[in-house]
Amino acid sequence: MADIKLTNLNKSYGAVHILKDVNLSVKSGEFIVFVGPSGCGKSTLLRSICGLENISSGVLEIDGAVVNDVPPSKRGIAMVFQSYALYPHMSVYENISFALENQGLDRAIIKQKVEKVADMLQLTPYLTRLPKALSGGQRQRVAIGRAIVRGAKVFLFDEPLSNLDAALRVQTRMEIAKLKRDMPQTTMVYVTHDQVEAMTLADRIVVLQAGRVEQVGTPMELYEKPGNVFVAGFIGSPKMNLISGGPAERAKCKTLGIRPEHLDVETKASAGAIAGVVEYAEVLGSDSFLYVATENGLITARQNGRTTHGNGAKVYLKPQNEHIHRFDDNGQRIA
Amino acid sequence: MASTVMNRIRLEPSRFALHLAVILIVLVWTLPTAGILVSSLRDKNLIATSGWWTALTTTVRSAQSRTKGPDAQVEQGGKFVISGNLFEGADGPGVVKAFGTRVAKPDEFPPGTVAAYDDGRSLTVNVDGSYVYTSPIKLEGTGQRIFYMTSVPPKFTTENYNTVLFSEGIGRAFVNSLTVTIPATIIPILIAAFAAYALAWMKIPGRGFFIAVIVGLLVVPLQMSLIPLLKLYNATGVLPKTYLGIWLAHTGFGLPFAIYLLRSYIAGLPRDLIESAQVDGANDFKIFRRIVLPLSFPALASFAIFQFLWVWNDLLVAMVFLGTEKEKSVLTYSLNSLLGSRGGNWEILTASAFITIIVPLLVFFSLQRYFVRGLLAGSVKGG
Repeated sequence: MADIKLTNLNKSYGAVHILKDVNLSVKSGEFIVFVGPSGCGKSTLLRSICGLENISSGVLEIDGAVVNDVPPSKRGIAMVFQSYALYPHMSVYENISFALENQGLDRAIIKQKVEKVADMLQLTPYLTRLPKALSGGQRQRVAIGRAIVRGAKVFLFDEPLSNLDAALRVQTRMEIAKLKRDMPQTTMVYVTHDQVEAMTLADRIVVLQAGRVEQVGTPMELYEKPGNVFVAGFIGSPKMNLISGGPAERAKCKTLGIRPEHLDVETKASAGAIAGVVEYAEVLGSDSFLYVATENGLITARQNGRTTHGNGAKVYLKPQNEHIHRFDDNGQRIA
Repeated sequence: MASTVMNRIRLEPSRFALHLAVILIVLVWTLPTAGILVSSLRDKNLIATSGWWTALTTTVRSAQSRTKGPDAQVEQGGKFVISGNLFEGADGPGVVKAFGTRVAKPDEFPPGTVAAYDDGRSLTVNVDGSYVYTSPIKLEGTGQRIFYMTSVPPKFTTENYNTVLFSEGIGRAFVNSLTVTIPATIIPILIAAFAAYALAWMKIPGRGFFIAVIVGLLVVPLQMSLIPLLKLYNATGVLPKTYLGIWLAHTGFGLPFAIYLLRSYIAGLPRDLIESAQVDGANDFKIFRRIVLPLSFPALASFAIFQFLWVWNDLLVAMVFLGTEKEKSVLTYSLNSLLGSRGGNWEILTASAFITIIVPLLVFFSLQRYFVRGLLAGSVKGG
């Protein structure tokens, strides 16, 4: 039950300006994902909300109260670290109970709370183990358990899945989604560089670049109406094709954006189609990706199922009109 | 296949050299220690006559003795005979390997044979040392000298330790050394661990400056501070020549290194752990006590060994700050004065020396796994 409000938030390390005038308002119970390339300041922003970094200027409010100078433990937040940050010399039980112990709670109450959380995360059989005797997924669950047990109003996740292997990552991603469903009142802020995590988990995504918020919106908003060239290129996999030159001029814009799945691959020339030669075809089974060399650069196109065009085939790529994105000289979207 | 064989052949000389070097180092280190231990357990007469490496074997040495004087002669069938035993009055029975009549040849005759002198006298010595000395004329003067080879069985004793511990004052000095060393090891660890945490993780203005000062103090020679410190002590009136005084002195001399070593270890602990504890609501003292201290045990043990060995082996600081009175003198000082007063008594010196090194050996071997790990962990981040 907490909303977060950031107003003109700035953060510098000496002369290096990391976060530039970040404005953001997170509603209570929302799942917000910060996404951006490495070095864009998304982790710094999260750590500023957490209180591990001081804010250079601006106002940070949690639940209506200004918390600029409030220590992390008093902000009603819990943080799940990328490395899990489990205390290696303490058992799972002690790891989970450490925060409660610091609150000076009664032993019996601590025990009850820890056992409840352990039960919820299927950690009960491991309570006496040390972290080194746990698997990666179990460690992850202990880290989450540590956050849950404190009853925090805001959960902060710093790339929590980046240490897991691909299979476990999908599974844990679903567990986090389920966790959010079970705790609808809890606000969650999640940092990742993986746009699949962002698209699947987020209520709203915040795209950051070089310390600036590029766009805030629901995953589908970002996919369907990217506000600028950066967001257009960043959201979606494979990347959206950003074409300048002839086809863009014909569409009356500086840069024309078209996603690979919105290109029709034809064998005959037609109006608006871009001619090219298949440089490389990736066949994945469910779909195929064609990398087509054209006079406007390399363009990626997606086909359902197996492609009929092998390497070296001459093809014509026709953008579907309703899916064309147009950007002006400054890279901003033309409505 | 061929290439692996080639590799092995090529590696062989360097590995051989490595193994040889390791063996040499081990020998150079252990042999003198073993020598001191063996010597200290041997009989003092044996130490004087043979090396410690012969301690387990029966040694043969030459000796001489005299027959009984003319008073003991008995006339038997016109000859005058003196009989007796070479080992009469000695520690115990011995074994005669050979005997002779001249000092140059103590092994001329096997036992039981008759050795004849030029003038008709004759001598027989048996294995058990019994002898018969016969002369055609009445004997006068002193007894005849007998040269013989005797075998000495190995003999070990703890008597030397009894002597040094209870009559030479080493026992008292041992207790004094422990009294100095244990607090002088624990006090700096306690202070340095706090300082190291603060310098590694707390946001203090001028933190970098403090660290630089401490690193600078590492290279200040101890001798330079002796006189100012003594003057300071004398001004207080209570510190000179007391245990408290020397604890403080050793603490001061040990702190820069302690803080330096512990800080680099503690600074290498994962940042996430400290921050996680902060988010969990632990204050600095609690983070230090519950997270940092348990995880820094290897570094603490590592420094404990350094400081213990240094204080235990220290002579200078002890002489300056504790003095040389008998009831306060430490082992190193007592050992040094024994060298002067009992320089020829190897059994005293070796036993004292071994008492001096036994404690460092025990400390080192009980903590050495932390020692090695701590040294590595201090230098290699996350090691």
